[in-house]
Amino acid sequence: MTRERAMVPEAEFRSYYGRPVIKAPIWHEPHMPTYLYLGGLSGVSSSMAVMARLTGHPRLARTARVAAAAGAALGAGLLAAELGRPARFLNMLRVFKPTSPMSVGSWILAAQGGLSAIAVAGDLASDLPKTGGRAGRLPGAGGSAGRLPVAAGLAGFLSGAGGLAGRLPGAGGLVGLLPVAGDAALLATGVTGPLTATYTAVLIADTAVPAWHEAYRELPFLFAGSAMAAAGAACMLGTPPAHAGPARAVAALGAAMETVAGQVLERRLGFIGEPYRTGRAGRLMRAARVLTVGGGLLAVVAGRGRTLTALSGLALTAGSLYTRFGILEAGRASAADPKYTVVPQRRRLDAQSSPDRGSDAGAAQPAS
Amino acid sequence: MAERMGFFTDTSICIGCKACEVACKEWNQLPDDGFVFEATSYDNTGTLGASTWRHVAFIEQSRPVAAGGDDGVDRWLMSSDVCKHCTHAACLDVCPTGALFRTEFDTVVVQSDVCNGCGYCVPACPYGVIDRREDDGRAWKCTMCYDRQLGGLEPACAKACPTDSIQFGPLDELRARAEERVTRLRADGNTEARLYGESPDDGVGGAGAFFLLLDEPEVYGLPPDPVVTTRDLPAMWRWAGAAALSAVGAVALAFLGTGERR
Ligand code: SF4
Ligand code: SF4
Repeated sequence: MTRERAMVPEAEFRSYYGRPVIKAPIWHEPHMPTYLYLGGLSGVSSSMAVMARLTGHPRLARTARVAAAAGAALGAGLLAAELGRPARFLNMLRVFKPTSPMSVGSWILAAQGGLSAIAVAGDLASDLPKTGGRAGRLPGAGGSAGRLPVAAGLAGFLSGAGGLAGRLPGAGGLVGLLPVAGDAALLATGVTGPLTATYTAVLIADTAVPAWHEAYRELPFLFAGSAMAAAGAACMLGTPPAHAGPARAVAALGAAMETVAGQVLERRLGFIGEPYRTGRAGRLMRAARVLTVGGGLLAVVAGRGRTLTALSGLALTAGSLYTRFGILEAGRASAADPKYTVVPQRRRLDAQSSPDRGSDAGAAQPAS
Repeated sequence: MAERMGFFTDTSICIGCKACEVACKEWNQLPDDGFVFEATSYDNTGTLGASTWRHVAFIEQSRPVAAGGDDGVDRWLMSSDVCKHCTHAACLDVCPTGALFRTEFDTVVVQSDVCNGCGYCVPACPYGVIDRREDDGRAWKCTMCYDRQLGGLEPACAKACPTDSIQFGPLDELRARAEERVTRLRADGNTEARLYGESPDDGVGGAGAFFLLLDEPEVYGLPPDPVVTTRDLPAMWRWAGAAALSAVGAVALAFLGTGERR
């Protein structure tokens, strides 16, 4: 029986009346996949805001800061709503457990949410009427330093800090502090942002769901690419096209990364990756791919054209969302059919075990 | 820490009476399962879940060679499934609130006053044991009657089992007893008899609740070679770190490589 099974096609397996062996993820739509999208959006928007600040793209930096803060705040709201006991949301921060990607992620998200909010507040405060001998906040934007944007940006940070030191005893007060605190927080989101965008891949891969767990190498890249596409798209949509050049580049690179990671994932997983290709999940993933590739190509050619930019941004946003919904659905399908759990495990056992396993199954008929 | 306690479920002497299911529901005051008739067998709970902490599986097997048999049904396999109280428990590893904890008896228990119903433990368990009760919002599973054990009593299912198919005791003793039993059964010609979950070398470091089965595990709805996925967690974080760095690099490239400034 066992020998036979080793040679027949993969669908040959035994089960208990075809029932699932593991429990499917109970996370809901639209909460969970939308959270994955928003986390990605927030995370990469932070990276963009940092780079925009350092290279002197104030318009783009403003949009990215807002997207980062809004994504994290909305995402946290969705997470709370997803809980069986939303009132116990703060129990997430009761402990720090390195063995739980959700615990680690909660702390990352808490940091990302707080820091990105401060970064926005700081940016808005810098618009307020100046209260006195303040150092220029954005020397990088002032022409001559334009050739060395990063250096100019850093000089901006430093002069901001210097201005702060000069002002501390004075009357600037809290509002005067905000732009500096905002920039400091922004720098910190340069670390929390990319983690926010990728920890969710570890979160779903650290489950018994075969289509998720076996994909733990590619999922983070898929998520990072999807997050770049999402953040690039949001910044394209929220910034005048003349200032959105880097956003278009981020979006296009993200679309490419997501597409390649998805292809590699499906190729490497083979049979276990079937749920990504079939049924509702397959349709969602295919739609995601079309939207992402299309949106990415549009981002490359859009230039300063408003219509093309809008089309590209919308397509990429939809593509990123479709990807996240498709991933959840594929996980459910992978858990619901016992063959994805049983067949790989049985093969593993058969590969290890001695021939004596073959004789013990008797003539009993498959119970499936 | 007290001795590690466990269950040895010897399915070769299970008569499918479901006394364990009932005793568990009674003692732990679990809600009903909706009185579903599965129409596939005498099984009417179907699977372990938030309100079913012991589940009796019924497998009717026919053999093609059976001559003159009754409808071809050759044998019934019956087995009372339960949480495995894994040595390396995925549910416990991934629980973000610390609601799941390891007791002094080396069992795995949910603290219902801490659980916030995040649902992470549900797809993490390689055996599909723990589940969230939707009306209540929290995750529930077998506690190996933690409260009874604290009072020096054996769990309700083991107490109620009329054939001693469910045995409770120190895990070491149970393992030795199970070894004897399976050797005896095999010597008697039951070559399909095997232990499941008894080995500390398996993918979950050995189960605190293990079984003697008369067919392959998947026939009973059990995973043939379960693995605690947190085993791969360091590798998973490495791949995520690489992806995060790639994203940072790509964003930097987008900004530095884009001609237009401001
Ligand atoms: S069987 Fe599942 S629920 Fe029980 S201890 Fe192991 S991982 Fe946790
Ligand atoms: S549902 Fe409850 S027990 Fe399960 S992982 Fe979340 S907090 Fe822990």
